[in-house]
Amino acid sequence: MASLSFSSSVSSSIPFLRPSALLLRPRPRPPSRLPPVRAKIREIFMPALSSTMTEGKIVSWVKSEGDVLSKGESVVVVESDKADMDVETFYDGILAAIVVSEGETAPVGAAIGLLAETEAELDEARARAAAKSPSSPAPAAPVAESPAPAPVPSAADLTPGKVVATPFAKKLAKQHKVDVGKLAGTGPFGRVTPEDVEKAAGIAPAPKTNVVAAAPVATPVAAPAAPAKAAVSYPEIPGAKIVPFTTMQAAVSRNMIESLSVPTFRVGYPIATDALDALYKKVKGKGVTMTALLAKAAAMALVQHPVVNASCKDGKSFTYNSSVNIAVAVAMDDGLITPVLQDADKLDLYLLSKKWKELVEKAQAKQLQPQEYNSGTFTLSNLGMFGVDRFDAILPPGQGAIMAVGASKPTVVADKEGFFTVKNQMLVNVTADHRVIYGADLAAFLQTFMKIIQNPESLTM
Amino acid sequence: MQSAISISLSSPSPIPRSCPRSLRFCGLRKEAFCPDASPGATSLRLTTLNLRYQHSNLNAVFAALKGNGAASSNGFDYDLVIIGAGVGGHGAALHAVEKGLKTAIIEGDVVGGTCVNRGCVPSKALLAVSGRMRDLQNEQHMKSFGLQVAAAGYDRQKVADHANNLASKIRGNLTNSMKALGVDILTGFGTILGPQKLKFGKGDSGDKIITAKDIIVATGSVPLVPKGIEVDGKTVITSDHALKLEFVPQWIAIVGSGYIGLEFSDVYTALGSEVTFVEALDQIMPGFDPEIGKLAQRVLVNPRKIDSYTGVFASKITPAKDGKPVQIELIDAKTKEPKETLEVDAALIATGRAPFTKGLGLENINVQTQRGFVPVDERMRVIDTNGKLVPHLYCIGDANGKMMLAHAASAQGISVVEQVTGNDHVLNHLSIPAACFTHPEISMVGLTEPQARERAEKEGFEVSIAKTSFKANTKALAENEGEGMAKLIYRPDNGEILGVHIFGLHAADLIHEASNAIAMGTRIQDIKFAVHAHPTLSEVLDELFKSAKVKLSASKTVAEPVPV
Repeated sequence: MASLSFSSSVSSSIPFLRPSALLLRPRPRPPSRLPPVRAKIREIFMPALSSTMTEGKIVSWVKSEGDVLSKGESVVVVESDKADMDVETFYDGILAAIVVSEGETAPVGAAIGLLAETEAELDEARARAAAKSPSSPAPAAPVAESPAPAPVPSAADLTPGKVVATPFAKKLAKQHKVDVGKLAGTGPFGRVTPEDVEKAAGIAPAPKTNVVAAAPVATPVAAPAAPAKAAVSYPEIPGAKIVPFTTMQAAVSRNMIESLSVPTFRVGYPIATDALDALYKKVKGKGVTMTALLAKAAAMALVQHPVVNASCKDGKSFTYNSSVNIAVAVAMDDGLITPVLQDADKLDLYLLSKKWKELVEKAQAKQLQPQEYNSGTFTLSNLGMFGVDRFDAILPPGQGAIMAVGASKPTVVADKEGFFTVKNQMLVNVTADHRVIYGADLAAFLQTFMKIIQNPESLTM
Repeated sequence: MQSAISISLSSPSPIPRSCPRSLRFCGLRKEAFCPDASPGATSLRLTTLNLRYQHSNLNAVFAALKGNGAASSNGFDYDLVIIGAGVGGHGAALHAVEKGLKTAIIEGDVVGGTCVNRGCVPSKALLAVSGRMRDLQNEQHMKSFGLQVAAAGYDRQKVADHANNLASKIRGNLTNSMKALGVDILTGFGTILGPQKLKFGKGDSGDKIITAKDIIVATGSVPLVPKGIEVDGKTVITSDHALKLEFVPQWIAIVGSGYIGLEFSDVYTALGSEVTFVEALDQIMPGFDPEIGKLAQRVLVNPRKIDSYTGVFASKITPAKDGKPVQIELIDAKTKEPKETLEVDAALIATGRAPFTKGLGLENINVQTQRGFVPVDERMRVIDTNGKLVPHLYCIGDANGKMMLAHAASAQGISVVEQVTGNDHVLNHLSIPAACFTHPEISMVGLTEPQARERAEKEGFEVSIAKTSFKANTKALAENEGEGMAKLIYRPDNGEILGVHIFGLHAADLIHEASNAIAMGTRIQDIKFAVHAHPTLSEVLDELFKSAKVKLSASKTVAEPVPV
């Protein structure tokens, strides 16, 4: 039995374990009559243990209702299409209720149990569990594991108990939620064939590569891909519209794919921005933008840490760039572009701000020259204006590092003496190419950057 | 040439006469070589008898040198007559000649019996095709190797020819091997007339009467067709017909989900058919270790175009005729209430095999079959209606029903020959491996986990389980075939192997390390020091043995653990 931990270190190495597959997710927003303070009851939901898993069967609950759980403990053994796996909890708490019991099946994402943070919430959690499981016909209702029973014929049916769908047709019907009883079979003796189900589900016939060139058979039997493979060709949702990429979008797509070949890592840093905010207030009137301030600060830090401004072009050497060119990501209505503030370390704040204004105007008019958007040595991306507090940027190919800046917001911080104060703080997160930039390099660079932001007088010099 | 073979086979084995004190042979226990070294280990000694060739055997060697039958001087036409030239009879005949017996074999049909003509052999040919089709059709699998394959197709007749040609070839090999050794192949049906006396022929006046010092019944089995099922050989078929692959139905129901049914589901789904299993028990693949069965179902059934009905009997099956498909009436296995009717293109009856023992003349010696099986004791000696042993009459293979496997029949035959030539021998059936040649394969030897636990409860010992995965095996991963597991059921107190079950690539070939260990009485603490080539699939078993936790201090039967 494989053991699977839901810690982030593991999930990063297993592609199908996206953060969205976290075992425990916060409870949905409670009804309004409840104080919206803190939801301390969490749902334990059926994890996606493999890329092809659509539902899972509870093999056994390792813990019983009322057991105290601590983070990392095995709670339940889930059987997927591939294996039985131990599933561990991501939070401390008490297993308040088991919603899906042993031997039953639930679709991926359905709540299988409830976790209460304290004993006080136990009763509420149980009440919710009671509402969930037996009576209400929730979509998460347990599904019997045995193969779907033959369609129950309607009273009008002539031969009661007659099975009219082939095994694969039934499998497809279950997968695509098609009621075979309602289909008119086109196969021999009026039976429902896999093709009938696919047609009803709006799926194109199986790809031709899998056709069996069989000896002549009465009706052509395409041997469609094994169900496990079917997951690769994404199911089409009826009514979907297909819009081809624009050139810019295609370029973004190419770059993003290319970025997958670079071994990146990320380092985050909280930075107090009270001083920067105060400076910004002062210089705002002179046309200085926050982007210019951040670009200037980054450029100054990069001068002190040339390796973070370097890149790895061929996989075997460092390319130390002579100039510090800060690319800044700009969202456009049909994509994304990164105008470059060249020699950002050398230009003063006011020139930089002016230059930036020009670049943005050119970008909007789609008049940027190639060297104005592809000469960056370091990229800055800021989603703070949307209230995003932290995010993770993808390193553009050809550069060594990219900085993702979150929103600055009042945060309670404790100082060395243990005194609490409220400070404006933002989280920056740098993604870097580990072939040239190592953890300590990035940490030192961030420390310098933090000092510049927290003592921003140097920016105006 | 023949004599050279005989000498090398029957000369006393080159095992040192004196017991080596500290020398270990490939991890085998010393007792295996020195039968008297450990008087306590009786259960193990039974399996080591083969090695105890006695000096009288030298006579047998000389007899063999002179060819079949020259030594027969006791007034009988033959020393040994075997009725039935299947794999069991063949194995017995070869060993009998080696032991210097004048031997005849009676065959009413074709040499090779079920296995060679209508069983294991042609089915392996079809499964070889199915394995390749599966690979070629599995686009993802091919892509993972960087291979590009255009549409894979097959020519049904040529697939069928391959199976048929293989059967002919093996049949030829078997016939030649017996002829070369001088075994008399007598054509016709054999009937026992009385003690040590039988006739053979077509059952008419032309029959010949012969006498033999010892007689072995090895008449095998035929497909079992339950009542209510009408086999027409076209749309309602048994394995006999299916192996000819005369047509590939779009939808075939397979009644019975044991080895035979499972192997055919592998063949048919690879060739594009959809399959419906009809199983009388509550779950498909009964008889396998539950854990292995569950994994096998996940790989061999769920992702394929197969569905199943469990807990039902097929009470009536009507072949396709008058423009109607094959009709299968299902009834509840327990309540016998009618359930539903399936309409399919073909039905394969794979409900097991029935012994073929009619017309053997057993009544002439006061023997009554039980459900067709010839009753025997643990030495394959036939038991009559009074519960007494019939002297000089033995029954091996499917006809006695002890273990219906070709190689079990052969092993039983060899055991009988050992006995009639003066060496007491009891075959340890728990050491006989079995395999199911699906893709991937399933194999097993010894007890399943529930069986082991039941025995442990009764006899008061502890049972432990060790498991390894093919996912951790380099060779399996190189083949992109990481799906699979091996499971070891053992006694932690003395390291005895109770059972090994493997599901994965080449499982059928891998099981023998375990079955040999059981046969030789090798304990886990010894076999775990045996070396396996890297990287090979055999390391799955290597890891399995190494991961077992034997409490050496509590070991009772292993006299002296050797530090290595």
